Amino acid sequence: MKPISRRVDAVPPSGIRRFFDVAAQMEDCISLGVGEPDFVTPWHIREAAIWAIEKGFTTYTSNYGLFTLRQRIAAHLKRRYGVAYSPENEMLITVGVSEGLDIAMRALLNPGDEVIFFEPSYVSYPPCVMFAGGTPVPVPTDYRQGFQPDVDRLRDAITPRTKAILLCYPNNPTGTVAEREVLEAIVNLAVEHDLYLVSDEIYDRLVYDTEHTCVASLPGAQERTILLGGFSKSYAMTGWRIGYACAPAPIIEMMLKVHQYTMLCAPIAAQKAAEEALEHGEPEVERMRREYDRRRRLIVERLNEIGLECLPPQGAFYVFPSIRCTGLRSEEFTEQLLWEERVAVVPGNVFGDSGEGHVRLSYATSLPKIEEALHRIERFVNKRRG
Amino acid sequence: MNHEQQKAILEILEQDARTTPEQVASMLGLEVEQVRQAIQQMETAGIIRRYKTVIDWDRFGEERVFAFIDVKVSPAREVGFDDVAERIYRFPQVHAVYLVSGDHDLRVIVSGRTMKEVAAFVAERLAPLDRVQATYTQFVLKRYKEDGEVYAETEPDRRLVMAP
Repeated sequence: MKPISRRVDAVPPSGIRRFFDVAAQMEDCISLGVGEPDFVTPWHIREAAIWAIEKGFTTYTSNYGLFTLRQRIAAHLKRRYGVAYSPENEMLITVGVSEGLDIAMRALLNPGDEVIFFEPSYVSYPPCVMFAGGTPVPVPTDYRQGFQPDVDRLRDAITPRTKAILLCYPNNPTGTVAEREVLEAIVNLAVEHDLYLVSDEIYDRLVYDTEHTCVASLPGAQERTILLGGFSKSYAMTGWRIGYACAPAPIIEMMLKVHQYTMLCAPIAAQKAAEEALEHGEPEVERMRREYDRRRRLIVERLNEIGLECLPPQGAFYVFPSIRCTGLRSEEFTEQLLWEERVAVVPGNVFGDSGEGHVRLSYATSLPKIEEALHRIERFVNKRRG
Repeated sequence: MNHEQQKAILEILEQDARTTPEQVASMLGLEVEQVRQAIQQMETAGIIRRYKTVIDWDRFGEERVFAFIDVKVSPAREVGFDDVAERIYRFPQVHAVYLVSGDHDLRVIVSGRTMKEVAAFVAERLAPLDRVQATYTQFVLKRYKEDGEVYAETEPDRRLVMAP
């Protein structure tokens, strides 16, 4: 048979598959390897979706998504970040940020266009760029700088082929929240070199002791920014698959073209649920955020006691400690920890080369489980330190 | 320590009274000694009344019967319903007493080992009290949720064990 797509073949398979297979078979395995909230969707949101299904909301929606949902998102972004998008033509409801990212790349890129992103990064970024015919260009960040994006390194990575900079703050996997001044400098670079900015802000509501900076709200940014957001993390709605993309009308028009021919629209009942989330979900968002914050403080303190150093991350629900004291590489650490102590974590190197020497722990897990897991990790680390 | 911090300590202990001052301190970014003192002060002030355990007695195999008893009381000058309420709540069988709006005046929750025992309590202790005009008893058939606790099988964690 003829060879299949070179473009797809060039993307390496998932780096966590083999750990996943082992962990999934294991009884009494505590997983700190999950990238989604441990809370279920707040009941009032689930109830609103049930009501919507009962009332017959079972059809397609506009390709753009429900107008009423877009209006609510527009009002929400205006209120929180002072950034104005027209619900008419500058906004699109997507099937999670995942789809938003995919169609953003397909709408922006020509073959060979380069997209710069900071590493360690979410695993989907390089593949999405490659599927769209672009070339992903990673720029490493350092543990000692709290994984803050380095503007000088970014400048050095810019070439005549650079088309866009892809940002993700608060960050998965490091939990880093980029400082406002750094983001401003990045926007200035984008203006100077006429680059697009794609900002994945799915974790915007999960920040601690700090404020989220919406990239689109920075001076000069909005006209060249595709803002991606969604409901999965803030409202514990991962399985509903509802996200949104906001951008200048000509870009949304291009993205809509891809969306309407490949996805048509996001599921209507989930869109109704998202409306309810925006309308009445605020107390629950705050309740979950407070709970994450407490776990975060506890896990950071304990990890440092154990010897797995980490700076306190200010966002998302991840810590990304250094495992240097064990002398192990990320995958060795993950594998041995899984077999010996039945704790699942994600090896840092799957998030890019600069994640080597780290592991990602999620604190989207109940406190008793986190404590038991830390207890096991301590035992594991003590044996290695000798 | 400010009001918000005290409130946060109370919320943590309300969820799990066994959380140690050390854990509370690191969860809230406070000093252990501060937390210890705050807890002690709130105990002394009667804000923290006591620490108890939520038990599913059914699951333990212990039969317990609960009944809601709505009581009509003729109020008295000066004390209103308070004296009758007090005479009722002093019985150890009485789980809770509330003054309520509506058709009746007091809502009493009584527990016992059997329906017979609860019925006897109502007939012999509650109904004959001075100024109690009528009682209306409803036995609890099944408890779904109490004090914020759902008494069903806990739902499993449906997430994949690992996800990027």
